[in-house]
Amino acid sequence: MPIVIAIILVTLTGLLCAIMLVVVSHFMSVPVNHKEEEIRKCLPGVNCGACGYTGCDGYAKALANDPNIKTNLCVPGADKVAKEVASVLGVEAQDVIEQVAFIHCFGDCDKRTQKDEYEGIKTCAAAKNIYGGEASCSYGCIGYGDCAHACPVGAICIENGIAHVDQRKCIGCGMCSEVCPNHLITMFADVEVMAVTCNNQEKGAVARKKCSNACIKCKKCENNCPTKAIKVKDNLPQIDYDLCIDCGTCATVCPVGCIIKASFKGKHNLDENESTN
Amino acid sequence: MFKTLIVILMTSVLVNNYVLSKFLGICPFLGVSKKLNQAVGMGLAVIFVMLLATLVTYPIQHFLLDKFNLGYLQTIVFILVIAALVQLVEIILKRYLPGLHRSLGVYLPLITTNCAVLGVTINNVNDGYNFIESMVSSLGCGLGFLLAMVLFAGVRSRIENSHIPNSFKGLPSTLIAAAIVSCAFFGFAGIVEHLFS
Repeated sequence: MPIVIAIILVTLTGLLCAIMLVVVSHFMSVPVNHKEEEIRKCLPGVNCGACGYTGCDGYAKALANDPNIKTNLCVPGADKVAKEVASVLGVEAQDVIEQVAFIHCFGDCDKRTQKDEYEGIKTCAAAKNIYGGEASCSYGCIGYGDCAHACPVGAICIENGIAHVDQRKCIGCGMCSEVCPNHLITMFADVEVMAVTCNNQEKGAVARKKCSNACIKCKKCENNCPTKAIKVKDNLPQIDYDLCIDCGTCATVCPVGCIIKASFKGKHNLDENESTN
Repeated sequence: MFKTLIVILMTSVLVNNYVLSKFLGICPFLGVSKKLNQAVGMGLAVIFVMLLATLVTYPIQHFLLDKFNLGYLQTIVFILVIAALVQLVEIILKRYLPGLHRSLGVYLPLITTNCAVLGVTINNVNDGYNFIESMVSSLGCGLGFLLAMVLFAGVRSRIENSHIPNSFKGLPSTLIAAAIVSCAFFGFAGIVEHLFS
């Protein structure tokens, strides 16, 4: 007899709980915006914040609720995601400006000089606080790979003391540029080609002693630029990409070779080229 | 009366800390203590659920199970009721307090059947506490959990930044650190009983 009471009691308790939950979830459920879920599925989910929202969820919510928000803000997703999002929302797809991370320091262990031995915590942020790391140039790449750890796709590796971006893998999210304590990483759009590979803001002679790749502030680039796109400001050449015609004159006249002509084609551009070939 | 309550509170926070002395609720302790803000969120959610669970299980034990002489059903009925209740709270929170739901919501389903929550309710019955004492004890246990989480989140952030031999990286070093923190808590044993005497 007691077992019957026990069975009835537990069954009743379970049943009561179940009924309560069903009733409550029926009356109190929050209507879910299905568009939001669909958009969220299209987005890559790396939560990088390149779109300017708090993550993929935030961007999906904003897109679903506000028709004025652009569909081409997702840089890691590139054109493919922009098209999918646009088709979910029923609007015309806009082209995404693909980006690639570029590290403004080419002063690897062969080129730079060392001022001390650093034996502390192996992160750039920690080394930066102790006399700016091992290298005598405190503006350059520290080389403990904070950016490599931040990269969601493993596109950054440390070689010979400085970080390198593997452009075939880079999705252009910009998470690396946020963690670099020397602010060496900027995001380059695919249309740009000229880049400065030094960040040293000291006087030319001082910089030269510290690193053979350092900008010596000779202003040859500024004087030879046919469109006056380069100005040496704060002891560093600044390129105005609106004026730059990609002629490459600055790269050829630079005596230390700290301006280069490069290609900023990231993963998305390369994938597109492969599919068209 | 008041003194008893204080003693119960201090005992459950420090001496009988559920995580570090009784080793209950280790899963969230190791899982969610990586970052301080997450640890605090989890701790607050646990306090809330513990209080709620005691609020509901106390009458069930005394007016249902004891009456029909069904004490052996304690575990299964408590789990059932606590799980349903937390689900209910989650639905209501989602509807009326979406902000709180976003910050707490991830942790609520995690603690529905957490052994620390069940342990608190069963221990309250076993210790023969009355209703108010049970509530104070649950509050203390929740606070103790929060304390342990916050302390350990601090310890872990230090571990992340230190050189550890490869074989000890990750969980092994975390477990060792947890053991040392729990050793520290054994220093509280026997203190509370003599606080007010």
